[in-house]
Amino acid sequence: MDALFVNLKQSMLNLAGVFLPEWMTLITSMAISMGAIAVLGPVIMMYLTLLERKVVGRMQNRIGPNRVGKFGLLQPLADGVKMLTKEDIIPRNADPVTHLLAPILIVAPALLVFAVIPFGRNMTAVDLNVGLLYFIAVSSTTTIAIFMASWGSRNKFSLLGGMRSVAQMVSYEIPMVLSVVPVILAAQSLSTNTIVEAQSGWMGFNWFVFRPWGFVAFVIFFLCGVAECNRSPFDLPEAESEIVAGFHTEYSGMKFALFYMAEFMNAFTISAMTVTLFLGGWQGPILPSWLWFTLKTFCLIFIMVWFRGTLPRLRVDQLMGLAWKFLLPLTFINIFVAGSWYFASLPVRITSSILILGVSFWIFTQLNKPYVREKRFYDLAD
Amino acid sequence: MFFGSGVLRGLMVTFKNFIASYFRPANQGGLFTVEYPEKRLPEKENFRNFPFLVYDGTPENLRCVACDICAKECPPKCIYIVREFDKEGRPLKRPATFDIDLTVCMNCGICEEACPFDAIYMDHEFEVANANRQEKLLYHRDDLLKSNEYFHKIRPTDAEAIDQRRREAEEKKKAAAQAAASKAAKPPEPPKPGNATPPPSPPKPDQPEQK
Repeated sequence: MDALFVNLKQSMLNLAGVFLPEWMTLITSMAISMGAIAVLGPVIMMYLTLLERKVVGRMQNRIGPNRVGKFGLLQPLADGVKMLTKEDIIPRNADPVTHLLAPILIVAPALLVFAVIPFGRNMTAVDLNVGLLYFIAVSSTTTIAIFMASWGSRNKFSLLGGMRSVAQMVSYEIPMVLSVVPVILAAQSLSTNTIVEAQSGWMGFNWFVFRPWGFVAFVIFFLCGVAECNRSPFDLPEAESEIVAGFHTEYSGMKFALFYMAEFMNAFTISAMTVTLFLGGWQGPILPSWLWFTLKTFCLIFIMVWFRGTLPRLRVDQLMGLAWKFLLPLTFINIFVAGSWYFASLPVRITSSILILGVSFWIFTQLNKPYVREKRFYDLAD
Repeated sequence: MFFGSGVLRGLMVTFKNFIASYFRPANQGGLFTVEYPEKRLPEKENFRNFPFLVYDGTPENLRCVACDICAKECPPKCIYIVREFDKEGRPLKRPATFDIDLTVCMNCGICEEACPFDAIYMDHEFEVANANRQEKLLYHRDDLLKSNEYFHKIRPTDAEAIDQRRREAEEKKKAAAQAAASKAAKPPEPPKPGNATPPPSPPKPDQPEQK
């Protein structure tokens, strides 16, 4: 069961090896992986939309989509048909090239990062030795596409959304990358596979999240990831109540669908990466590895949807303040704690790291308290 | 409390809602949606929408006498009545045409209040959507006719009271007719001088009744 998909691919390759020369089987192997990812990404995106609508509906005491198919399971297909048949409008003053390229460029990196995600034991499409770096680098190019979309639309709301997006991405990229550093320290590798294997042991529960620095890094990484893929409560670039739809105001039909696809695939890859880095990836007892991975990832996606069903949108200054004044210094402390982790015995390092992190957390919250003016009394007012 | 505890409290609220939507009945925080086309709420008795014509027993035996009062009272003038005539050209007490235009009707219920013959009442029908407003939404006499049993079904209290009233009126009429008949059967007494009382006239057949 554990190697189900690996064996499936191997048997397909063996079948192909009968007819094809050796160099062709190599290409076939790549094609199988690429095809699997190219199918998996959009399918995941489609069903994430359904999941999100269902869960948010339940949280708001509604039922959610249930008309198309059993439990609304065919709703994504109906939406897809609707999106495909909608009119594609390009504003008269828009830059047609940028306007057209942006949705394509935003989907490409979202699909590319699937390559380094370890879906299970031996189930990484490309086991890059710099997988984590690749992930961070490729996923941050989304900003360019978003800014292209907003600039090319020639719409003030789009541009506002794009500007916000750039500011947000640049701010949150830094604590996100820095929160990964402790993991790299512990695993001594940038390869996603090695990072997962470094978390083996303890019946498959030796996850980085169960260490003090790991927990802090996990929370910071996940929050920054939510901010990176523009999800609520950090959805300022597409704030409906403020700037119409932000950077995709001027998009309709399939281009709009591509933006959504990128957003949901980013949500999935961010969750998958958080699982890989902190929640032990595919490690876990009894169940097959790919099932463990899927379960953990969907738990995190549920948390993302849960955030969306609960929290109101942040103000721009609150957003920036959280990144620069709270998360960033905390990641620095965290790197220090993780570095000193290996130089002390077990009880000492646990108590000291919890103490350091707790105290710094408290200090940063105190320093970040908003200034509330004292209540003024007007003695001579009457 | 610590930084972010408000967020956690908020998350707990939505999570409780999420769980309750699966496991709790509607009055304890669960889902209260009624999935309309499959399930529907019981209709309220006093709900009224669009008039219909009542008949007793068979559709030929309708109560409407084509008096035109409802058509005159109707504020948006959506009722159109033509009286029926027999072969000799004498007017009959029933409508040949009775049209109500649903697109014009404003469901005020004044026709029901104005009708002296208990013939027109407000219906519970609300699924009237149609693709053609010129033909399908102009209701003719046969579309409007519904039995008294149907009236009893949708508005039992009102229908019972009205039937009671009609029965009493009927009995009074019968008693009066009997009295008149018995009086007519007796040989007329010679009128006493100075005390000329006319025989009690039978009540007019269709006296307007106070509602």
